[in-house]
Amino acid sequence: MPNLFKIKPSVGLLSLPYSLVFIFFFFIPLVLTFVISFWDYNEYSIIPDLILENYRYVFENCFSFENGMCVTFKTYLSTFMFCLITWFFTLIIGFFVAYFLAFYVNSLTWQIALFLLCTIPFWTSNVIRMISWIPLLGRNGLVNDFFLSTGLTSTPQEWLLYSGFSVVLAFVHLYTLFMIVPIFNSMMRIDKSIIEAAYDSGANGFQILWNIIIPLCKPGIVIGSIFVITVVMGDFITIGIMGGQQIPSIGKIIYVEMSYLQLPAAAANAVILLFLTLLIIWIMTKMIDIRKEL
Amino acid sequence: MKKNITRRNMLKTSTAAVGAVAGAGLLKGFPAIHAADAPVIRYLGTAVNMGDAVQKRLFDDTGIKVKFIVKTTDEVTKTIFTQPNSFDIVDSEYFSMPKLVPSGNLLGMDTKRIKEWDNVTSAFTKGEVAGKKIGDQGTAPKKVMYLKGSGSKEFSSEPTQHVTLIPTVYNADTLGIRPDLIKRPISTWAELLNPEFKGKASILNIPSIGIMDAAMVVESMGEYKYPDKGNMTKKEIDLTMKIFTEAKKAGQFRAFWSDFNESVNLMASGEVVIQSMWSPAITAVRTKGIPCVYQPLKEGYRAWAAGFGLPATTKGRQADICYEFINWYLSGWVGAYLNRQGYYSAVIPTAKKYMESYEWDYWMLGKPATADIMSPEGKKLASKGEIRDGGSYEARMGSVECWNATMDENKYMVRKWNEMVAS
Repeated sequence: MPNLFKIKPSVGLLSLPYSLVFIFFFFIPLVLTFVISFWDYNEYSIIPDLILENYRYVFENCFSFENGMCVTFKTYLSTFMFCLITWFFTLIIGFFVAYFLAFYVNSLTWQIALFLLCTIPFWTSNVIRMISWIPLLGRNGLVNDFFLSTGLTSTPQEWLLYSGFSVVLAFVHLYTLFMIVPIFNSMMRIDKSIIEAAYDSGANGFQILWNIIIPLCKPGIVIGSIFVITVVMGDFITIGIMGGQQIPSIGKIIYVEMSYLQLPAAAANAVILLFLTLLIIWIMTKMIDIRKEL
Repeated sequence: MKKNITRRNMLKTSTAAVGAVAGAGLLKGFPAIHAADAPVIRYLGTAVNMGDAVQKRLFDDTGIKVKFIVKTTDEVTKTIFTQPNSFDIVDSEYFSMPKLVPSGNLLGMDTKRIKEWDNVTSAFTKGEVAGKKIGDQGTAPKKVMYLKGSGSKEFSSEPTQHVTLIPTVYNADTLGIRPDLIKRPISTWAELLNPEFKGKASILNIPSIGIMDAAMVVESMGEYKYPDKGNMTKKEIDLTMKIFTEAKKAGQFRAFWSDFNESVNLMASGEVVIQSMWSPAITAVRTKGIPCVYQPLKEGYRAWAAGFGLPATTKGRQADICYEFINWYLSGWVGAYLNRQGYYSAVIPTAKKYMESYEWDYWMLGKPATADIMSPEGKKLASKGEIRDGGSYEARMGSVECWNATMDENKYMVRKWNEMVAS
C-alpha cells in the first residue's frame, strides 16, 4: 500500500512558501526602512542620499543635560518603565492563572472554557474597549462614586484615568493573555510524575513550585515576556488613549512623523526602536536558550 | 530535531500573524472600476460630512456612484504624494496646498467648467465676507487658490482661470464649552489656560491645528502679538510651546485628543469642560441631550476650508465625470446638507434653494429658531426659540482671525509639539 507520507519533498521546498512570504513582506520592507533612514527629505518627497542627519536629529540635545533630558531619552525612559511594570504584573497574574488552569482544573472541557474566558478582552475593538474605561475610572465614574459615597476620599480621584496608572491597567488587562498562553503550554507538558516524585520525596508546595514548575516553565515565561515587551515597546494607541495623549511614546512620534511625510526621520526612529527591542530580546534569550528548551 | 524546526516555525508564524493584523489597517487601496455605463468615482477624503444620503441622491440625480477611500486629513495628503493614481477625486484642505502643489501631483482645475464658479463665496475668492476683509493669517484660501496655469506648480496672487481646489465646505472653529459645568460666561481664548479649569481643559493633539489654537490662546493672554500666527518663526514656536508646556506641567489639561470621537467623549462625560472642538463634535454631544456650546470668542475664529482636486493625470471621460460630480455637488442639495450640519457651503445661493426658510433663518441669519432644528439624520439639534452659537454667517465668518496653516518651520514645530507632549 502506497504511503503518502513516504513521499518526502525536500526541506527547502517545504519551507519555500513561508520563506517567500518572509522575504517579501518582512525582510525586504525592513531593509528598505533601514536604507531610507539614511535618506534626505523635504516637504513632499524623499531623496536618495547617505546622511546621518535623521539619527543626529533623533538624539539632538540628548548629550547636553542643560535643559533636562531630551525628548528621545524621556520617551524611551517612560516606555521602558511601562515595559517593566507591565511585564511584572502580566507575569505574576499570567503565571498564576496558567497555574490554576493547568493544575487545579482537571477536565479538558473546563480548561478550554476558562481559557476562552481569558480571551474576552479581545472580542471588542481596541477603541471601544478603551473608551469603556471612562464610565469606570472617570471623574464621575463608578470607582470615584464608590470612593466618595464611602467617604474614602472627599474629592474625585483624577489619577485613575489619563495617567500612568490607567495605561498600565489597560496594558495588563490586554496582554496578560500573551503570558497565560505560552506558560500554560509549558505547564501542560510537565510530566505529572515528576511532581509526584518530588512530593513523595518530601518537598512542600513552595519547593515544588520554585524548584520544579518555574524552571520547567522558563521557555513559556520567556516567550510570553517577548510578546509583552515587543507589544508595549511599539504601542502608541493604548498609551495615547489611556494616557490622555499626554504621555509620550516612540510609536506616536513615528506616527506623527509619518503623517507629516518625514518618512526618513520616522525610519530612523523605527530602526532605533527595533534595535533596542531586539537587544532586550537578545538579552532574554541569553538568559535562557529557548531553542534548547523547546 | 525535526520537531524543533516545526515548533520554531510555528512561533514565527504566529508572530507574523500578529504583524499581519497590525498591518491590515494600512492596506486600503483598491483598483479602479470604470464601466462605460456606470461611472464610479474613487473619492479620497476624510468623508466626515458625506453620509449615505449623499451617495443615494448623487446616484438618483446623475447615475454616478462613489467609492469612498476614507483616511484622516494627514493621510489624505500623504496618499496624494505616495499614490497619486489611487483615486479619481480628492477632498483636501487648502492648508495642504503649499506642500502639495509643488509636487505636481494635482491638476490645475478649470473654473470655466464649473457652472456656479461666479457664485463661489467671496470668503474663498477674495478673503471677504459681506464686502469686509476677514483675517488672513495662516494659509487663507485666497493665497493658495489660483495657479499660473493648468499645469503650474506656482501660485498666482491675481485671480486666474485655473485653481488648486474647487471649494466645497468651510467653517469657523472655536472652543467648545459645557455651560452647565462652567456656569459663567466665557468670552476669550485665554480661558483655556485659566487655572480655574485646571485638570478640566483639553487641546487637540494634531500639531498643525493645535498650534493655531495655542497661538490664539497665547495672543489673547496678552503674552505676545504674532505678525502671522500661521507662519511662526522658531522663536515664536518656542514661546508658544513654553507657555503650553508650563500649563501642562501644572496639570491644566485632563487629556489631549487626536480623534473626533475622543473629543466627544471627553466633553460628554464631563472630564473636560473647555477644549478645542470641531462643529460636528458639538452636535454629537448635544444630540446626547448634554448641553454644549460652540462658544464665540472676542478674538475671533480659526477657520478651515476644503475643496475638490483631481490627480494631474486626469483627462478625457474621467475628467468629464469628475467635473459633472463637482457641478452636482455645488448645485445646492449637498450645500443645504452641509449647512444643516453647521458647516457652510461654498456656493450659498444654490444651497438656499434646498433649505426651508426657518432653517435658513436659523443657520445662516442667526435668528431664533421658529421650529425645532433637525440634523440631516433627523435628530433634534436645537429647540424652537434657540439661536445658533455665534449667530449669523456674517457674524461668524466675518470674525475669522486665522486659517489652518502649513508653516515654513513645520518640521521644527512638530518637534517642539512632541516635546510638549513628552514634558
